[in-house]
Amino acid sequence: MRLTKILLGAVAAMAMSSAAQAERGADGQVNIIYWQAPSTMNPYLSGGTKELEAASLVLEPLARYDQDGNMVPFLAEDVPTVANGGVSADLTTITWKLKEGLKWADGSAVTAADAVFTWKYCSHPEGGCAQSEKYNDVTGVEAVDDRTIKVTFGVSKPFPYGPFVGAQAPLIQAAQFANCLGAKAPECTDANFGPIGTGPFAVTDFRPNDVISLEANSNYRDPAKPAFAKVTFKGGGDAAAAGRSVLETGEFDYAWNLQLAPDVLANMQAAGKGTVVSSFGTLVERIMINMTNPDPALGDERATAKHAHPFLSDMAVRKALSMAVDRKLLVEIGYGDAGRPTCNVLPAPEIYKSSANDACLVQDIESAKKLLDDAGWVAGGDGVRAKDGKRLSILFQSSTNAVRQDFQALIKQWWSDIGVETELRNIDASVFFGGDPASPDTFQKFFADVEMYANNFDGTDPESYMANWECKQAPRPETQWQGNNMPRYCNADYDALVAEMAKTGDLNERARLAKAMNDKLMQEYIILPLVDRGRVSAHSNTLGGVVLNTWDSELWNAADWHRVKSQ
Amino acid sequence: MFNYTIRRLFLAIPTLFFISLIIFLLLDLAPSDPTANLPLTIPPEVREKIRQSLGLGEPIHIRYLLWCKQFFINEPLNIMEQWFGWDIAGDRLRVLSWQTRSPVVDLIVQRTPQTLWVVGMSYVVGVLIALPIGIISAYRQYSWFDQVGTFISMIGFSVPTFFTGVLMIVVFSVWLGWFPSIYDTTHQVTDWASFWQQIRQMVMPVAVLALFNAAQISRFMRASMLDNLNQDYVRTARAKGLGERTVVLVHVLRNSLIPVVTVIALGVPQVFGGAIITEQVFKVNGLGQLLIISIQGGDLPTVQTLTFIFAFLIVLFNLIADVLYGVLDPRIRYD
Repeated sequence: MRLTKILLGAVAAMAMSSAAQAERGADGQVNIIYWQAPSTMNPYLSGGTKELEAASLVLEPLARYDQDGNMVPFLAEDVPTVANGGVSADLTTITWKLKEGLKWADGSAVTAADAVFTWKYCSHPEGGCAQSEKYNDVTGVEAVDDRTIKVTFGVSKPFPYGPFVGAQAPLIQAAQFANCLGAKAPECTDANFGPIGTGPFAVTDFRPNDVISLEANSNYRDPAKPAFAKVTFKGGGDAAAAGRSVLETGEFDYAWNLQLAPDVLANMQAAGKGTVVSSFGTLVERIMINMTNPDPALGDERATAKHAHPFLSDMAVRKALSMAVDRKLLVEIGYGDAGRPTCNVLPAPEIYKSSANDACLVQDIESAKKLLDDAGWVAGGDGVRAKDGKRLSILFQSSTNAVRQDFQALIKQWWSDIGVETELRNIDASVFFGGDPASPDTFQKFFADVEMYANNFDGTDPESYMANWECKQAPRPETQWQGNNMPRYCNADYDALVAEMAKTGDLNERARLAKAMNDKLMQEYIILPLVDRGRVSAHSNTLGGVVLNTWDSELWNAADWHRVKSQ
Repeated sequence: MFNYTIRRLFLAIPTLFFISLIIFLLLDLAPSDPTANLPLTIPPEVREKIRQSLGLGEPIHIRYLLWCKQFFINEPLNIMEQWFGWDIAGDRLRVLSWQTRSPVVDLIVQRTPQTLWVVGMSYVVGVLIALPIGIISAYRQYSWFDQVGTFISMIGFSVPTFFTGVLMIVVFSVWLGWFPSIYDTTHQVTDWASFWQQIRQMVMPVAVLALFNAAQISRFMRASMLDNLNQDYVRTARAKGLGERTVVLVHVLRNSLIPVVTVIALGVPQVFGGAIITEQVFKVNGLGQLLIISIQGGDLPTVQTLTFIFAFLIVLFNLIADVLYGVLDPRIRYD
């Protein structure tokens, strides 16, 4: 009896060890659910996150970011820097070297010509390439030899890792897309739905906005990977249903972006079938303060730099508004483990994170009241403070979203505690973020006193993000109301910091500048950061190898995913 | 009758053109932007370029005429090429969706099977349940059967499908684990096992929608039966000594069915329209889900084409209902 048990144990152990020895396709099928369904597999034709992530299973860039925001070479041998000679001393060229023997899924060789083509494809003026910003300032991409790619910039580029880095800028196959340049791009439906890539998986069937079937790429560079032979990538439904299918019914192995109330997620996880994972990037839910007067009576000059805001241009008021907010409570109610209070609009990566503003973490209604008293804002008969006939009455707008409306209601209450009257407004997201210059309700026009939304930046370099608050970025009629400087902040010192960062190559110096810019915005209370929002996803307990990554695609390491054998 | 049908068909052509124009104008005037759902990290200049590449730079009348040309000329030509293997030379641009950048008609063709299977089946099941319930409820008015039937149809009427759908998922998928909560649109029926799998994944969405459909139709059936049961001809039939069975199922039912058949015919276009909410809840991803995703994504060509096809079906089935009415009821003649 004992002997048989031991023998059985030995057999089981052998079976397990052989299973642990990786073999391509040994683990069968993996099911992924994205509650927003991908519309295309070509990330250059859609800037949406869902499309980028789906495409990242198939298409790969030269280098990706890992979970800590460090660059890892994927198709390239290593990451070029000034130190290793890959980046020229004047910061105008970067030279990448492809790994040896790389093959596309159809068996043909990956060459530098594919990179040259990818650049041409995305920079074509009629193509409407959604990622063309990644190729900004590139004047030429050259195939030095089959494996060497030299990118030349028209200006000195302290951070030359835009082209061909990250999920936004992968390589596409020149042979497949040769006839799809410019205006022809959308007509290449077969190529857009089934791009030939270098990634661990290849598309077998693509149903737009529904489901993608993939199989292991037989030409993947690591012969032992991927562990899964098939992927079903289902789209559609809502976050709750996606969470349920992984955490409660176990039909799916991985669910993306579960923006659900903290208690709902906790209840689902209690079923014991899966695990909720979260990770933090640069996404910050913030309140933008309008420094200009949105009064409709001003007509065309409404919300432009010509008229300063009647009371929000007083820093005491802005500071009091910030002090009255309990950021910890907001996190608890809205995001749970998927959020943390923040006092910086630039919360990550670690080297850019300032600790100079942490006082805002504590709500302080009394000091806020005193601040307003001292500044001469006195409460009237209705409890609303006023000075020189100007009442502290705020129109607070945001996009329609359950959590945002909860936040608005809470903040309205806190502000009324310090004698500020608030009127709330919410606008459908497709209008609010739509940027239609004809609509009065866009977040760029900002025909309100304060507005709340979330924003972040791609990759790890904050240069262009911090440049958002340059004076010239203010949306105004001359720019068709486009621009990123929603508060219409205008400060020559700040603009000087932006200009300095654009020509600084040293990482520590760049960090100092970014922090200085962040502190300036925070200490003048131009932006009130509220919550550093993480990404929340869930995977089944039998799916191993998941490393949640907010700097790149969540599926960035799908080649390493495998089935965890039950003990 | 034939002349009438022909006349109606010709009248439908300007109606449909007018509908397509109204839909186009409504969609165009509505505040929506195909680049609105892109991440904020994409700069405004790039967004503008994307809009230009979608053709939004053209004035509105050019865009409308372009859509008309693509939909009424290029698409039918394309279908003919595919069906008959013709090769009509020419580089024709088809109606392209802005979200997927693929031909809208192909998307619709891809989505139709699951919508017809699930929504169509639920309509058939709903009708099959509703007719007997309506007949018995009317014949035994105020009996316990009638009360229960009324109660259930009130539930079907008043409880929204997003509630019954999620309730069924929680009970049958999460607690009992009998049925999958997510519909697999790639599933192919090849043998009995896969057929059984198809049945399992259809049970819940079909049940939810059938309840809703049956509720409406059974009330119509009951009301129509009640109208007829008190008529003089029914008393005459009974006085002639006919059995109850013959009286109810032959005399009363046939006359009562006339209005019900038209109601059923008018409901058919809704089947093609899909069931937006139910499709979302069960991830059936049929035509209804395609429509809602396109509306959310500001994908005007898809919304325009889909709503126009729905309009066409509604006009068509209105005509069919009118003609059927004449066929079923000899008293009604249009000529």
